[in-house]
Amino acid sequence: MSSTTAPPVIVTDKLTKRFGQFVACNELTFQVSKGEIFGFLGANGAGKTTAMRMLCGLLKPSSGKAAIAGFDVYTQTEKIKRSIGYMSQKFSLYDDLTVSENIRFYAGIYGMSIPQIKSKTAQLLQELELEKEAKTLVSDLPLGWKQKLSFSVSIVHEPDIVFLDEPTGGVDPVTRRQFWDLIYHAADRGVTIFVTTHYMDEAEYCNRVSIMVDGVIAALDSPTNLKQQFGLDNMEDVFYQLARNAKRKAD
Amino acid sequence: MIKTLYFLLEKEFRQILRNKGILRMLIIAPVIQLILLPLAADYTVKNISIAVVDNDHSTASQRLIAKITSSGYFKLTGYTGSYQAGLSLVENDKADLTLQIPAHFERDLVRENTQKLYVAINAIEGTKANLGGAYLASIITSFNEDIRVDWHTAGSATGSNAPQISIASSNWYNPLMNFNLYIVPAILVSLITAIASMQTAFNIVKEKETGTIEQINVTPLRKMVFITGKMVPFLVLGIILFTLGLLVGWLFYGIVPVGSFLVLYASLLDYLFAMLGLGLLIATYSGTQQQAMSLSFFFINIFNMMSGAFTAVDSMPDWAQAIVSTFPPYHFIRITRMVMLKGSGFADIGPDLAALGAIGLVLNVWAILNYRKTV
Amino acid sequence: MRQLITFIRKEFLHVFRDRKTLLMLFGLPIAQIILFGFALSSEIKNSKIAITDYSKDPVTEQLINKIASSNYFDIQHTVQSAEQLQSAFKKGDIRMAIVFPANFSNDLTHTGKATIQVIADASDPNQATTITNYITRLINDFNTQSTLNAGLPLQIVPEMQFLYNPELRGAPNFVPGVMALVLMLVCTMMTSVAIVKEKELGTMEILLVSPFKPIYIIISKLAPNLLISLVNLFIILVLSAVFLDLHVKGSLLLLVFDSTLFILTSLSIGLLLSINARTQQAAMMASLMGMMLPTMLLTGFLFPIENMPLPMQMLSNLVPSRWYFIIVKRVMLKGLGFSAVWKETLILTGMSLLLFTISLRRFKIRLQ
Repeated sequence: MSSTTAPPVIVTDKLTKRFGQFVACNELTFQVSKGEIFGFLGANGAGKTTAMRMLCGLLKPSSGKAAIAGFDVYTQTEKIKRSIGYMSQKFSLYDDLTVSENIRFYAGIYGMSIPQIKSKTAQLLQELELEKEAKTLVSDLPLGWKQKLSFSVSIVHEPDIVFLDEPTGGVDPVTRRQFWDLIYHAADRGVTIFVTTHYMDEAEYCNRVSIMVDGVIAALDSPTNLKQQFGLDNMEDVFYQLARNAKRKAD
Repeated sequence: MIKTLYFLLEKEFRQILRNKGILRMLIIAPVIQLILLPLAADYTVKNISIAVVDNDHSTASQRLIAKITSSGYFKLTGYTGSYQAGLSLVENDKADLTLQIPAHFERDLVRENTQKLYVAINAIEGTKANLGGAYLASIITSFNEDIRVDWHTAGSATGSNAPQISIASSNWYNPLMNFNLYIVPAILVSLITAIASMQTAFNIVKEKETGTIEQINVTPLRKMVFITGKMVPFLVLGIILFTLGLLVGWLFYGIVPVGSFLVLYASLLDYLFAMLGLGLLIATYSGTQQQAMSLSFFFINIFNMMSGAFTAVDSMPDWAQAIVSTFPPYHFIRITRMVMLKGSGFADIGPDLAALGAIGLVLNVWAILNYRKTV
Repeated sequence: MRQLITFIRKEFLHVFRDRKTLLMLFGLPIAQIILFGFALSSEIKNSKIAITDYSKDPVTEQLINKIASSNYFDIQHTVQSAEQLQSAFKKGDIRMAIVFPANFSNDLTHTGKATIQVIADASDPNQATTITNYITRLINDFNTQSTLNAGLPLQIVPEMQFLYNPELRGAPNFVPGVMALVLMLVCTMMTSVAIVKEKELGTMEILLVSPFKPIYIIISKLAPNLLISLVNLFIILVLSAVFLDLHVKGSLLLLVFDSTLFILTSLSIGLLLSINARTQQAAMMASLMGMMLPTMLLTGFLFPIENMPLPMQMLSNLVPSRWYFIIVKRVMLKGLGFSAVWKETLILTGMSLLLFTISLRRFKIRLQ
């Protein structure tokens, strides 16, 4: 779906984060191209969350360089925030607001005008088949719909990149498939997907995958290549191979 | 930036208005309390219960007792023959004080020209004890005069031998000594204080706990705008509650502010600025709603007891007064009472207004700096 | 039984891991007792007053000295005109003005009677009454003295004895009051929020579908708060004895027994509040907004209950802290025994039994 000739939207060079003596992320160096679906894997405690927070502009690195959508993570965090979307583990929708109110709020925060918001809302509701639920409180939605809505809200402003932090926890396989359909559609439109997950079958859906162990990137390639490299036939075994000797056990 | 503030405020108000239970607590409960509680608050010491131990049973002692009971200050709740019985009445809170008239009081007064009366007062509650003792003393003095006039007509000193000074007292600003004028502003301020600081803290910490604040941090929404968006709804709520309070005061207690509404509302804004800052500060130090609640409760309880709402600040030792002068509610209660009852103007409340502004500035700056660092 | 202990242990861990809340739980009573014990008093001292002396004679000088040396008054400055007086009042600089008229000494010498004008700021009626009363007493003393000097016959001399609190300190009234207030509010708040938090998080469901009896769940929720409150009680008693010279005159055992009863009552109220609240915020609001002021004003330590209109007195009978306040005063300050507090103890027992039973019944197995 993507090609290596597409321009890079995430570029890191020896990105490091230290907390006192503890090195959470150690000289991470990689690139992600536009429209790519990039899986960012790692065991608990490997440093995934810290890395993602640096890329989102939430945490200042200790050393190294990184550019998101061409903006520097040290000096241009505001511009980065405008260019990215983010979906957190807790979904981050407001339970006590309705579906359309949530869409309206986030769209407004990202600077969309009222007419734009109106049309975007209609579009989203149609795509997600939530037209009837427009005035339903999010707390009353089933989990799968919440997730799909959360994803859609995270790209309501059509960002260059969207960061997804373990987005599919707790839903049935059918809903997960539907969720990934949404992801594919977004990638087709040119949105770069940066996703972390514990589901190894989802790793197979990505264009490329990186696996972090103890703060370093232990492997980075397409799932096919990784499987070939390790002589294994599924990503779960690859992951197990790399992560089982990990020294750090928890974030 | 204004536009993002608009969307933020829209969301905040939607959330607050949708939450019926909270709305009830924020508006209805305070109003009900404001209507009912002033009825409970009255310092006027009346109906002091007295037990008399009369070991004399003479005309004089009867006369004294009659004078006491007809004074309007005292209620005779015991008439016994033994000091022990009288004392046990005080122990069981059936009497606030006892008066013991010794045996042969009347006879010995004539013979020896002087006699003692023994008074024992339950002094746990200082005001009542003081006033009770004072009232009784003045009744005894008056009784003494009566006796002198009756028994000793010749040479009684009503002339140059004993100069007597009397007092002409007048009460300004509240000539009817209406206690509600004093208490209603206090209750109103107490309620607003709780809402402004506690609710703000809670609201922000809730977003911390549920994780939506993480989402907010990733958006281009600036922290200052977010903070403002969080505080404005409670600013509005505070103003609404204050207005409702003034209405209740007028409708139920006939309280009409003597001073100008402009002064009153300007002071309210100054005050809310400080209290919202406190709420924000508490939020930056709390990770869970429970912690926010604990911290808020700590401050609110201290404010309620020490800011002069229900207890007198002037009577506190100097170090305590210094501490109290850093409490925003202290200044605002002073301002409210002065403006509502005496018609004080901007010039008069200047020092308090300035103090509020300074405290508010410190709280808000501290809170914002802390917020930037930790949230 | 072992299940119960496991539950209780889990609850304790919850509470003790939250350092900040723990700080408040213990720090609050400590800070408040010391602060209030030393700062609060119902005596009104150091009232700022202004004196204007138009007569300027030896008698006025004597009187002014008497006033200056009394610690009830703090003479600020003289005011020369009615405008100055208004302004001083409006600024809140003074609470009272005393004016000696120009012909004061004249009147006194020639007619033996003179009048002083006293103007009180009655926006605080209590303070106004009290300091007017102080001035009256001061003048009366003067009058009595001159009567004595004149050698009048038939002197009746009252001897006053102040029981339980001879120095008229504020602590004996406020410490029991704050004890009642804080114990009750903290217990109610902490219990209600703790239970609702589990409801919000969803872990309550797990507990409820387990084979454990609901009563075990309830007891395990109440246990840590009971312990913390008892520890607080001891801290308060120790602090009061050491710093405020307020000792338990009566039986410590009786005090602890009744305090436990009171704590149980408060915990039951918290339990009851938690059942109807769906969010922590609602629980907290109900405890703080709903209970704080009524408890403060109806316990009886700020305002005497006998003064209140009958409906309010009846309302105050429903407030447990009102009964506890009486018990503490009688046992701790007056040194009385069970015979003096049996009625109040019975009331507290009844309240806690009733509240606990109602809460238990309403603690539904199925979630709303």
